Amino acid sequence: MFRNQYDSDVTVWSPQGRLHQVEYAMEAVKLGSATVGLKNADYAVLVALRRAASELSSSQRKVIPIDDHLGISIAGITADARVLSNYLRTECLNYKYAYGARYPVSRLISNLGNKMQVTTQRYDRRPYGVGLLVAGYDERGPHIFQVDPSANFFNCKAMSIGSRSQSARTYLERNISSKGRDFVCTKDELICHGIQAIRGSLPNDEDSESPLLNISIAIVGKDQPFKILNDVESKKYLDMAKKLPAPPAPDDDAPSTGGGDDDDKPGDAPPDPQVLVSTMER
Amino acid sequence: MYSHNNIFQTELWKGGPSPGQFYNFPGTNYNNSNTGGFTAPDIFGSKRSSSPITTGTSVIGVKFDGGVMIAADNLVSYGSLARYQDVQRVFKINEKTIIGAGGDFADFQSLKRSIDQKMVEDMCYQDDIDMKPKSLYNWLTRILYNRRSRINPLWLEMVVGGMQDGEPFLGHVDLRGRAYEDDVVATGFGKHFALPLVREQISNGEVLTLNQASQVLRKCMEVLYYRDCRAISKYSVAVSTAQGTIVQGPFEVNQNWALATMIKGY
Amino acid sequence: MHKIQSFPEYQVPGAQHQDFSPYESNGGSIVAIAGEDYVVIAADTRLSSGYTIHTRKQNKLFQLSEKTVLGSTGCWCDTLALTSLVNARMQMYEHLHLKTMSTEAVAQMLSILMYNRRFFPYYVSNVLAGLDSEGKGVVYSYDPIGHCERTTYRAGGSAGTLLQPVLDNQIGGKDKDVKNKPKVPLEKAKEVAKDAFISAAERDIYTGDSVILKVITKDGITEEEVQLRKD
Repeated sequence: MFRNQYDSDVTVWSPQGRLHQVEYAMEAVKLGSATVGLKNADYAVLVALRRAASELSSSQRKVIPIDDHLGISIAGITADARVLSNYLRTECLNYKYAYGARYPVSRLISNLGNKMQVTTQRYDRRPYGVGLLVAGYDERGPHIFQVDPSANFFNCKAMSIGSRSQSARTYLERNISSKGRDFVCTKDELICHGIQAIRGSLPNDEDSESPLLNISIAIVGKDQPFKILNDVESKKYLDMAKKLPAPPAPDDDAPSTGGGDDDDKPGDAPPDPQVLVSTMER
Repeated sequence: MYSHNNIFQTELWKGGPSPGQFYNFPGTNYNNSNTGGFTAPDIFGSKRSSSPITTGTSVIGVKFDGGVMIAADNLVSYGSLARYQDVQRVFKINEKTIIGAGGDFADFQSLKRSIDQKMVEDMCYQDDIDMKPKSLYNWLTRILYNRRSRINPLWLEMVVGGMQDGEPFLGHVDLRGRAYEDDVVATGFGKHFALPLVREQISNGEVLTLNQASQVLRKCMEVLYYRDCRAISKYSVAVSTAQGTIVQGPFEVNQNWALATMIKGY
Repeated sequence: MHKIQSFPEYQVPGAQHQDFSPYESNGGSIVAIAGEDYVVIAADTRLSSGYTIHTRKQNKLFQLSEKTVLGSTGCWCDTLALTSLVNARMQMYEHLHLKTMSTEAVAQMLSILMYNRRFFPYYVSNVLAGLDSEGKGVVYSYDPIGHCERTTYRAGGSAGTLLQPVLDNQIGGKDKDVKNKPKVPLEKAKEVAKDAFISAAERDIYTGDSVILKVITKDGITEEEVQLRKD
């Protein structure tokens, strides 16, 4: 079953210059529950919605620690994320072993991009079906990177991926400091912003005010090794965030340059990435 | 089918550093099968350096207030022959790192090519991230330990210095991969003659100024020139501060042989 | 392979043939004493070969986790290689099992890592100190090829043979009635460890300069340094 004449293989171009299989892989990201990454001058924070695959199973791990200075949150095929996180862990460990230092985040991500790109250029491979938000801290400060199945990666001030993530991006765009490069706020406020952003991504039938909101929060930064907050700490920040005004409902005039999240096929938008909250030069 | 095509190289990390395995020095092709590769001779028998050939003598490094200084004379000997008398043995690696080398100079030159290659790679990333002295020190330790474990050492004694996160760093690595950091380090004869001279200056825990450091190094080079038969009177100094790194010299040591006639019994 | 000795006519006076040995003894001693709810581990800070002192402030205690400290002396390059390997393996364990390695697990792993080099050993004297999973102090000691023994006190390194009988007497109560072995309070353990090093520095030229003493309790790890003679 094909949607298109030119999507039978990753190595087949469409006359419009698009690789449909790669774009389909991008859609896999939108099937995963949403995750948000954001940073201020000293910290990078990941917030992810956890959902159980079934009533009988525990919820999936959404945040994976890579090294003391680095961790990822994922949206898409978890099994693919495990392979990629394995690769990242090995690279970081080897780097630490050889140089006694932390792997610079931008270099690690560009090497990851090189690895992922191979799968978009071979007939006997398929692209990784997972999107990553990488939170890291190195000598250049905190970083948030977005990595796509297309092997594109972006250095972001703040970003959200996964299902219904558009409203989270809208929230981030509206709340990011207008002149600063990042969020200008304290560590606690930063985490609260992350929680607020992800609330808008909750499915409609779930109560965003629910105290049982099942989320993972991770933080890394200055004098702060990568750490996934435990339930008690998460609860503390959830309560803190609850005191803030409710996040704006996703509205129609929200800036949207990419296809809608719930589109079931790539729209007419260029194959290049969807909306980015404030991509920046490294 | 395509796996032989190196455009699509599947092994992303071949011969790279890996915990628990000896780090293969780039450019060498060892049989990596467990302990077998350690000592197995090839068809021409074993080829190993069991002794150095062209050698440099002492290197001395000191920390001072806000930086690091490494000094070495400009001689590379061939046995007892003072063969090459205008050779740099201290180097700037990048704006944060300096290095000085004693021991087999050929081994050092080959190692230096690899280090320089790394600096080019750093530059190619265009991300303003330079290798820091501690990273180079750690990497050299891995390389040298690897080679000693194959009983095929790089016959070197090196001093690595520079600025690491705003603090001076000074370390020493030898042919076995024995590594340590200190406020003052020396190699070869310098261990016996220079170390006490510098330690005397900093024994009460005081930190040298840049000027004091360069004076005490000058004194060390002078004493070494008097007593070390493999030293000459010309030396160079590499300096690293927060402003960057620079190699200065060659300088001539102060010489005073007036006392020479008094010394008998040699 | 022909050696230069086979060609006497090429031998030059002054030029000496050096044989390469991968090993070198860099000295250093360790003392570890475990109590009911604490463990003390101490090591001197002198790094030397023969009569040469390379540095007077080389820490030989490696903190592996909140509950485990490894003391390692001997061939310093092997110590460096072994400890960085242990660190890497512990991080791998943490990622795989989502928890920090217990002292018992580290002890077993260390034994295996060392035995892996059975025919080209790490030339090191290791003493591992930590709190076990019940919170009790414990000491593991090793030989260079990975033999592992769980004890309550141990002296290792260049002055190990000098100090072990002292500990047997002061801590083990070997001279006393077996039934009434005294429980050693933390303060006594610390004092014995310090005194042991002060004495070792008198007779062992490879031990001296200063001693770093770490105390591991459930509240964390504290460190203190005592100066030793520097000659």
